Amino acid sequence: MPSLGADMEAGTLVEQLVHPGDPVKRGDIIAAVETQKGAIEIEVFEDGILQEWLVDLGTKVPVGAPLAVVQTEGEAQTKAEPVPKVVVPKEDMMVVDYETPTQPKPHAAPQSGDRPRITPAARRRAAQQGIDLTSFHSKGTISLSDIEALGTKPKPAPMSDMRTAIAAAMSRSKREIPHYYLSHTVDLTTADEFITQTNADRAPEDRLLLGAVYAKAIAKALKKYGEFNGHFTDDAFHQSDAVHLGLAINIRSGGLVAPALFDTDSKSLDVLMIAMRDLVERVRAGRFRARELSDATITLTSLGDRGVDQLYGVIYPPQVAIVGLGTPRLLPAIHEGEVTARLTATLTLAADHRVSDGHRGALFLKAIDKYLQRPDTL
Amino acid sequence: MTRQEIETAISKELNRIAPEIDMDDIDRGEDLREEFDIDSMDFLKLVTALGKIFRVEIPEADYGQIGSFNALADYMAGKVAT
Repeated sequence: MPSLGADMEAGTLVEQLVHPGDPVKRGDIIAAVETQKGAIEIEVFEDGILQEWLVDLGTKVPVGAPLAVVQTEGEAQTKAEPVPKVVVPKEDMMVVDYETPTQPKPHAAPQSGDRPRITPAARRRAAQQGIDLTSFHSKGTISLSDIEALGTKPKPAPMSDMRTAIAAAMSRSKREIPHYYLSHTVDLTTADEFITQTNADRAPEDRLLLGAVYAKAIAKALKKYGEFNGHFTDDAFHQSDAVHLGLAINIRSGGLVAPALFDTDSKSLDVLMIAMRDLVERVRAGRFRARELSDATITLTSLGDRGVDQLYGVIYPPQVAIVGLGTPRLLPAIHEGEVTARLTATLTLAADHRVSDGHRGALFLKAIDKYLQRPDTL
Repeated sequence: MTRQEIETAISKELNRIAPEIDMDDIDRGEDLREEFDIDSMDFLKLVTALGKIFRVEIPEADYGQIGSFNALADYMAGKVAT
């Protein structure tokens, strides 16, 4: 069971797409796993023959548990010494040392000297029911029956899996990552005109959106400002050569995910747009690949054209930066010495102070701005 | 193709994109994207689908004419008629 994000601790095998004895090639989709974020397709990382499934359909197993045994081609001949490779794709990408909040921890009592004494069972029940222990003025020790005597207050509805996953990742982010924030106003008139011109004689399926221009401009800027592109794991920053831009995508039923647009830096705008359409469509259908969730190296969150002026993102661990784009608006601006209406948006950066400083962050945002002014070169 | 058929086809595509929105709950004269909570990617998907169903071209320059459900239905009716 691969780790599909820092917040995941188990998954349920819901599809076995390959039968035992079937040949598999690196990159083949061999299974689907149901997680908090939807159904995820699992790729195999080796050529060989799928020997057997170790996990039955519908079974929930923890991250790291082997799902299947793949016999690689060399081993097939020498059965005497079978060292079957266990399919645990990308387990190394994420360090899962994180406790998810499925078991609510008891609230710590106030740290004053006269805090009430309470039995462990009572403390747990109080935490589950959200009872404030400071409201107790008990002389002795609070017992379970004292808590139960308060009556069964209706418990708040349990969080959805999606909300639980977001809560876990964002809590970890705010606990571990010292964020700093920068903001920069960008003129998107040129980029917008470029899109309009490009799309003028194109069929809808070939049209570009501004989002593709944002993605490419960020990817190009990252070539020079690599300290915003990578993962912070094991107390060190590991810069990534390739840019896998995570796209924050809103899910209609609630929540969001930010799967990766692979190799954003090396794709043309047209290819990038096709990849974005495909990704958004699959995400909204609740189906994406394991690597798309674990391998993003930086995230873009764009409010689109029906949002508000600006946003400051929360970094998705173990990434170290998130770029935000507010809703573009026509605003009066001074352009070539004249006050004119220009399409204007606020570009923001939240970045990890363990890895970079505001000075470099500012240069990074300016570099994105520079590329946004030259969309034809992207 | 009757006006009713056009509206049914548009409703069907919108339902595919925004399944949780009931056609009875929306204001057909108001901003389509607000009413259905659809973003630019959804809108592009809608235009792509409608272009194929009705076999018409919907240039980006015409987006201003298809701002509400009613306006979109009018636009499509006009396109299909010509």
